[in-house]
Amino acid sequence: MITRIHTRRATQTAATAIIVALGLSACGSDGSTTKTPNSGGGSTVTLNASGSSFQKNLEETAAKAFNAKNPKTEIAYAGGGSAKGKTDLAAKLVDFAGTDSPVKDADKGNFKGDLLYFPIAAAPIAVTYKLAGVDKLQLSAETIAGIFQAKITTWNDAAIKADNAGVNLPSTKITIVHRSDGSGTTSNFTKFLVAAAPSWKLDKGDTVNWPANSVGAEKNTGVANSVSQTEGAIGYVDFADAKKAGMQMAAIKNKASEWSVPSLDGAAAALKNVAVKDDLTFAAADASGAGVYPITAPTWVLVYAKQTDKAKGTALKAYLNYLLTEGQTLAPTVNYAALPAELAAKAIKQLDKLQIG
Amino acid sequence: MQSIPEVRQLTGNGTRNWGDRAFRSVALACGLAVFVILGLIAFTSTNKAWPAFSHEGLGFVTTNRWVPNENHFGALALIYGTAMSAVLALLLSVPVSFGIALFVTEFASPKVAKLVTSLIDLLAAVPSVVYGLWATLALAPNVQGLYKALHSATASIPVLNSLFGGQSQGYSLMTASIVLAIMITPIITSLSREALATVPESDKAGALALGATQWEAIRVAVFPKARGGLTAAVLLGLGRAMGETIAVAMVIGSSAQITLHIFSPAATMAGTVASQWGEASGIHQAALVGLGVVLFIFTIAINSSARFIVARSDRKLAS
Repeated sequence: MITRIHTRRATQTAATAIIVALGLSACGSDGSTTKTPNSGGGSTVTLNASGSSFQKNLEETAAKAFNAKNPKTEIAYAGGGSAKGKTDLAAKLVDFAGTDSPVKDADKGNFKGDLLYFPIAAAPIAVTYKLAGVDKLQLSAETIAGIFQAKITTWNDAAIKADNAGVNLPSTKITIVHRSDGSGTTSNFTKFLVAAAPSWKLDKGDTVNWPANSVGAEKNTGVANSVSQTEGAIGYVDFADAKKAGMQMAAIKNKASEWSVPSLDGAAAALKNVAVKDDLTFAAADASGAGVYPITAPTWVLVYAKQTDKAKGTALKAYLNYLLTEGQTLAPTVNYAALPAELAAKAIKQLDKLQIG
Repeated sequence: MQSIPEVRQLTGNGTRNWGDRAFRSVALACGLAVFVILGLIAFTSTNKAWPAFSHEGLGFVTTNRWVPNENHFGALALIYGTAMSAVLALLLSVPVSFGIALFVTEFASPKVAKLVTSLIDLLAAVPSVVYGLWATLALAPNVQGLYKALHSATASIPVLNSLFGGQSQGYSLMTASIVLAIMITPIITSLSREALATVPESDKAGALALGATQWEAIRVAVFPKARGGLTAAVLLGLGRAMGETIAVAMVIGSSAQITLHIFSPAATMAGTVASQWGEASGIHQAALVGLGVVLFIFTIAINSSARFIVARSDRKLAS
């Protein structure tokens, strides 16, 4: 009896406490102040960044090399996805963000100032497969759209045969493997299909409505793993990971009607022919021209045009300059295609727009 | 009568026991903090999920198209995947867990019982990402053959052919359930072991004296008394299975669909939150928080019904 009374009283008290706490927290949210970090003159400057996991490898490689030359500047690139990078930059939690896609118009209001895009590299996305006895596979955009919409369900389908004259294709069932996490790779892969295959109906995006019974896997490595384990599987994997995993990659038909296997040269060729807008954003999917690998994903560094912190602004400018010059020679060593000279020059010129202080 | 003044001295209101009072208020504050934290979590997450709730209305839980790039957020298939994987895991885990608990309490010698108990507890100490890794690298590729064999063996048997029909994927509902079953076995085992241990020795002895075999004694004397505790053990296991995130996300195949085929891919709420969070923004992010709210409600319902069942059976036993 006694314990029961106690419990009831405690519950009442607790309920009151919750109400009070909620009231307090509601009031508190208005009066919060943001602390501005202070920067010491000659001390070490750390540039914090988050965003695109696709460019993380390049950022880390470049940051290390940059730090070796400029020991006073450290760059901490945290990854986490393009969306996280944009959100963090909008909240001024980071000094720059990595992103695989421009900011949507609807989200522009979240940012506290004008933004600058700096393209830093591009890389091919490979269509990988596992099929015994088939070492060379050619796929047109229409066929890929048919496969990834489950309209083509076996490997000996007439559409695949038409792309691969003379190849003996088995009747194995096709298993579609896609990213289960929201991903810039999915976004760029579907952008290609939207651009190149009229029959593609799933639109583009970080996650799309994949057909029933397709398999979702985590990250590029998850898709690579899943495809290599499943006979008859097909998936799309970032070139660096596909290469590392030693996977079979299909040659894709480009606009010049050539069969193009994923390569850094193919990605670089794609960037040469894109229509670059004034803010240096562009769409690289299904670019025209000879030697182009059509599923090419560009990536940008996103910064505020006005840098209020002098030390950080100066360091950021120096790092961006490094990324666009010497950093470009590092890109191929970690499986990214360097920017074409013309585009790099435009980006270097844009550094002048970065206002410091 | 003589002792009353002494008791008063111990519990009296003198200045000497300020320490007690301080301790009391600290303990009270800690207790209340739990309520406050829970309340704040519920409040904040509902608040953050509101854009998605108002966008979808009731459709958030009654429709099954989860298509972020088209701004459709119907979580029914995810709720189904969560429930189905958890129930399948229970079907696999409960008989084994009860078996272990019975073995430990009724049959094993104290030494063996201790060994088995600590081995089972070790299972609970393995981080779930390790289960996930094991499942992707070892389980998923190897069970595929078994699934395919079951699929073709049952192709003409009704019911079974719909359960084992469809695709036979390593990354599927069944694989996720196997991993979950292993993960929830320790909690169900240890809770049911405690429930079984509370049954008085005299009850069992009575049943045996009346000529019951050991199994009959367990059935008539042990199970009825422990029913509340056993049910609670199962429900808490269910709660754990529904909330498990990373290990499931790694092997379930992440395909939001409602299917009877247990060898086909599916998706759960927790797994979807984990995998889509990184690139989500705006209403998609709100919808993922919304999944958290739904899951929160589910687990609260399950846990409180477990408590209720235990309390009711305790009362019944006491009367």
